[in-house]
Amino acid sequence: MRKSEDLQSCRYEVSQSEDGSMTLHIQGRMDASSAGRMIEGVKSLLKDRLPSSLTVDLEKVTYLDDFGALVLVELKYLMTGAKDKLYLTNASDKVKDVLSILNFDTIGERVSAPKKRSPNIFTRLGEGVFRQASDLTFTFAFIGSVCLSLLYVCLHPKSLRTNDTFLNMEKMGVDALPIVGLISFLLGLIMAFMSSVQLRQFGANIYVASLVSLAMVRELGPIMTAIIVAGRSGSAFAAEIGTMKISEEVDALFTMGFDPTRFLVVPRIVASVIVVPFLTLFSDLFAIVGGLVVGVSMLDLTANAYVAQTIKTLTLFDVFWGFLKSGVFAVLITMVGCLRGFQVKGGAAGVGRATTSAVVSSIFLIILSDSIFAIILRYWG
Amino acid sequence: MIKRKSVIQVKDLVAKYGDDIILDRISFDVYEGEIFAVLGGSGSGKSTLLKHLIGLLQPYSGQVIIDGDDIANCDEKKFQAILRKIGVLYQSAALFGSMTLAENIAMPIFEYTDLPKISVDNLVKMKLDLVHLDGYENHLPSEISGGMKKRAGLARAMALNPKILFFDEPSAGLDPVTSAELDNLIVNLNRNLKTTMIIITHELQSIFAVAHRVILLHRSNRGIIAEGDPQYLRDHSKNLFVKQFFNRLAGDNTVD
Ligand SMILES: Nc1ncnc2c1ncn2[C@@H]1O[C@H](COP(=O)(O)OP(=O)(O)OP(=O)(O)O)[C@@H](O)[C@H]1O
Ligand SMILES: [Mg+2]
Repeated sequence: MRKSEDLQSCRYEVSQSEDGSMTLHIQGRMDASSAGRMIEGVKSLLKDRLPSSLTVDLEKVTYLDDFGALVLVELKYLMTGAKDKLYLTNASDKVKDVLSILNFDTIGERVSAPKKRSPNIFTRLGEGVFRQASDLTFTFAFIGSVCLSLLYVCLHPKSLRTNDTFLNMEKMGVDALPIVGLISFLLGLIMAFMSSVQLRQFGANIYVASLVSLAMVRELGPIMTAIIVAGRSGSAFAAEIGTMKISEEVDALFTMGFDPTRFLVVPRIVASVIVVPFLTLFSDLFAIVGGLVVGVSMLDLTANAYVAQTIKTLTLFDVFWGFLKSGVFAVLITMVGCLRGFQVKGGAAGVGRATTSAVVSSIFLIILSDSIFAIILRYWG
Repeated sequence: MIKRKSVIQVKDLVAKYGDDIILDRISFDVYEGEIFAVLGGSGSGKSTLLKHLIGLLQPYSGQVIIDGDDIANCDEKKFQAILRKIGVLYQSAALFGSMTLAENIAMPIFEYTDLPKISVDNLVKMKLDLVHLDGYENHLPSEISGGMKKRAGLARAMALNPKILFFDEPSAGLDPVTSAELDNLIVNLNRNLKTTMIIITHELQSIFAVAHRVILLHRSNRGIIAEGDPQYLRDHSKNLFVKQFFNRLAGDNTVD
């Protein structure tokens, strides 16, 4: 006996004979609490010189679970380099049982599953391209099916799920009113304040009213509202439909004979197209009130003059143009949110990705389409 | 007969959702090293009972004592210690979708032991092999079947060889062969590692194959209507529902 080590409840002793074989006498409980140190111990023991054969004496082992078996497995792997293998002796029936349900005898021979994910950059590039292409096909298929469903609903108005539509109108519109109102009010306040600093130098205080109302009604109202709706409702659509997708609820809809697009997407599109323009109108109104507060309190304007100037500045076309834009934004937000939901694969992480992607893509599309609107107006108006 | 040590004691447990009483003052003991089955019709409160046993829900009144500690009234440290002693296989497996099977199982092992990475990999392989999932280390939960998820969930529940294992419907969704193998595995683990097991199940065959003792819950009295050895209950119980349950008879009056 040359070496002995204390390992809480589990310890081992080593004896070595002249022919180079080694015997390990293990005693105590071989479980999770001792496995880590046991493995370190035997590794350092066998690191310098592999014995020609290793016998493990399990006579005094009182308990062995798969953590204990792991120690033996590690020994077995270490001994694969040696001429002779590993022998277990004096194992009790219980220990033998555990080792047999763990298939200890064949454990080294099994090949482990190959790691996925090819490291080759070209393969990855190719996969990426194919994935993008299939995403694109899916997107077109989705747009197509939404158009068909909308057409169907136009032809059969009874098939619109009205309850769901009203519920969505409430969630998208009514519930968003406080936050849209507050943000627009503050925006109007800031715009009036910033522009007044400049305009005051020319004695053109009254034009603060024109600036705030025109900027808000034509550009900022629709955009701000759309961004808030994308953050509130676009993300919610993606998360809701994504969760339905991974819990097979979408499949259930399909097999029950419902068209998932008509069932889930159409009510949301209808609701958003109705509600978002009105939300924009409220946003414009609150911003004008914000401007009015600055005008009256800091610029010595009367409320009457401010309102009169606002009405003088705005044309019906401006209001209509903002209305149209926000309707288009609404469709984009809803379509993107639902599309990302339907694209979810995998589990909870997939839903998270879809939600992020829904908001980011909607905001991008909002800005992009707003630029297109600006160009159209420039050459047409 | 020698008095055996209880690992779980339930005393006058009342379970409620809002105003609905689901379990009304039930009491039972689970002894060390026992395979204990909780039976009952659908909606009789089996999953509810399980959630109380593992501390996910607070009892409305009564006590749940696990290994000497009351799970509802103990400090955070005690509670963590209790959690280390138990492993749970959920009805829907509850694997983490963003991790591969190997990562799912390795997570608690990394957290609570000091094994080196290579050894953990080997151990995970052994655990997966135990539930016949060798070769699926790098699959995501969404890429395997329902029954396979169940088995992977079992491997994760057993990751740290807890003292007590809870199973919510382990064999639902498994084919008869795999289900029988799972029964063998349960018996084997119980015998060799002395793990106490609480199984919620409907499978009569597996009840008779593995369970030492059962309790049968019923909606009518919101509690236990029978307790004891399943074979004995099947052959000797006087209660009509117990007879129907263990002999797989319909609930109408086809019994004479
Ligand atoms: N979160 C909850 N809120 C309110 N009531 C619930 C909740 N979960 C379950 N219940 C009610 O508690 C009762 C028992 O449900 P439980 O899930 O425990 O049944 P079970 O015995 O596990 O049934 P099964 O075999 O179908 O899984 C049912 O009547 C159910 O309606
Ligand atoms: Mg249940």
